Amino acid sequence: MKADARESSPVLEAYDLEVTYAQTSVLWIPHLTLHEGERLVLIGPNGAGKTTLLRVLATLQKPSRGRIVYRGHVLDRRRARVYRRRVAVVLHPPPLLDLSVYHNVALGLYLRGMRGATVRARVMEWLQRFHVHHLAQRRALGLSRGELQRVALARAFVLEPDILFLDEPFSGLDEPTRERLLPDVRRNLEATGITTFLITHNREDALALGDRVAVMLAGRICQIGTPQEVFTAPVSVDVARFVGADNILPAEVVRATSLTRVRCLPEGPELLSTRRAPKQEVLVCVRPEHVRLADESMSAQAPGVDFEARVEEVVPLGTRVRVRLRCGGVTLSALWDYVYWQTSPARVGARVILHVAADHVHLLPSP
Amino acid sequence: MDIILEGGREAIRLLLNADPYVLEVTALTLRVSGTATIIAVVLGVPLGTLLAFSPFPGRRYVMAALNTGMGLPPVVVGLVVALMLWRSGPLGALGLIYTPTAMILAQAIIALPIVTALSMAALQQLDPQLHWQLLGLGASPVQLVLLLLWESRLLLMAAMIAAFGAVISEVGASLMVGGNIAHQTRVLTTATVLETSRGNFDRAIALSLILLILAYLITLVLTTVQQRARRW
Repeated sequence: MKADARESSPVLEAYDLEVTYAQTSVLWIPHLTLHEGERLVLIGPNGAGKTTLLRVLATLQKPSRGRIVYRGHVLDRRRARVYRRRVAVVLHPPPLLDLSVYHNVALGLYLRGMRGATVRARVMEWLQRFHVHHLAQRRALGLSRGELQRVALARAFVLEPDILFLDEPFSGLDEPTRERLLPDVRRNLEATGITTFLITHNREDALALGDRVAVMLAGRICQIGTPQEVFTAPVSVDVARFVGADNILPAEVVRATSLTRVRCLPEGPELLSTRRAPKQEVLVCVRPEHVRLADESMSAQAPGVDFEARVEEVVPLGTRVRVRLRCGGVTLSALWDYVYWQTSPARVGARVILHVAADHVHLLPSP
Repeated sequence: MDIILEGGREAIRLLLNADPYVLEVTALTLRVSGTATIIAVVLGVPLGTLLAFSPFPGRRYVMAALNTGMGLPPVVVGLVVALMLWRSGPLGALGLIYTPTAMILAQAIIALPIVTALSMAALQQLDPQLHWQLLGLGASPVQLVLLLLWESRLLLMAAMIAAFGAVISEVGASLMVGGNIAHQTRVLTTATVLETSRGNFDRAIALSLILLILAYLITLVLTTVQQRARRW
């Protein structure tokens, strides 16, 4: 996305969208804007209403109330039909028709009345871009999960849509398949500059693909901003928990000057924060990967606080390890690369010196 | 036992000699049951589609009625159609009673609930995501329905096979509205009934065997088409 994308003209706007099932509101979006060329990633737990929002924005499902504006025009029934020919949707799991891979990818073009050499050229180009051109004549129903996802993506990209809606494009894939597909999707999104609305429950997908990230919890968008903003400065405890800021500790402000000094309760370490304290009693919010072992170079580079802690538990997570640390009356969680941990003295029972940089300490008002 | 063996021999003889009577009855059977099936498909598939995708109050009751209709007794249909087409009946002026047209009408009524209910079930068992995905690829309402019918083509063929099987084997309705008139409305089932009542068991067995072979061959053709469709 261009740097000024948020100032660029909106492609899609939603106002006062609400979806109710059996008189219960499952989705309520007062306002949402999708800007030209941006990639907006919607994250949230299962059942948060992400797919419902995607279906409503793509006009596949009627909201109970509210309106959607596409390039300045409110989408009524007639305009919605035209709109659906300008966008492309990849649902999860992506249903393919019982046709060959080639005809599945060509389907959207056929539906638009296109035939002949143009269709063939476009279909083969996109099959190639997603590395599934060798499957062109295969029956779509016999594909593996990864192949199926690539075909579904090619089927959407081949339409050269104005807006691309992707619902969990990497969900249900094994890790190696996901790791190969993600860069392909990213490359093609960047090459085409298509405005994209992508849903995922995976925080790493959001970081890898999003220009902006929106967090949806219980049918509401709780925070929307750059990935940096959302992941390091969550607006609430619920958002913090969802975006993986696992260390949420009650604290009191000790001193508020250019840096805010807080003491974690009960009897925890004192930390420095670059944020202003919203009130005297706060919640300190630190991502586990920002809890590091102190070393001189780090302390010099990033102002912060060094403090001692005892290693209570080490849980290997493949290429990473989660380390539980006890400091006074509080428990901290750290997430480190396996190699980083292996070369450190942090074994169960050991005492280590930790460092948390001031700009990684986020302060939330205490409830 | 001798009767059965004699019936088998007679059947082979009739078939090998291309007996004109048998050929005539067989041709009429095919014409009546084939036309009735086609009418049921032409009306039943759109009706099933409409019921599958258009929720309306009381749809459940219509569905239940259709499912009941799948077991509609042919004699009841025969009675109703006969009453309608009887010379003094509401449609008596059309002069259709005891004609192949009356038999086609009665058989189409027997086949219609079968095709409608099975088409509806075929469309409803499709992945609901497919509906949204096709809309999301820009399908118009007509394109959407055609693609969904394509996806359920195996079950639609099964509906057609079931309907044909039901009408080619029924006897009550054909007898009541056709009258089993020689060279006019006699089909394999009614001819079998007649020959049995006359004590001509060998001829009755021969006609039954022909009916079975015919039903099998037609179903084989339809099944072959269906299984080809499975391979696309």
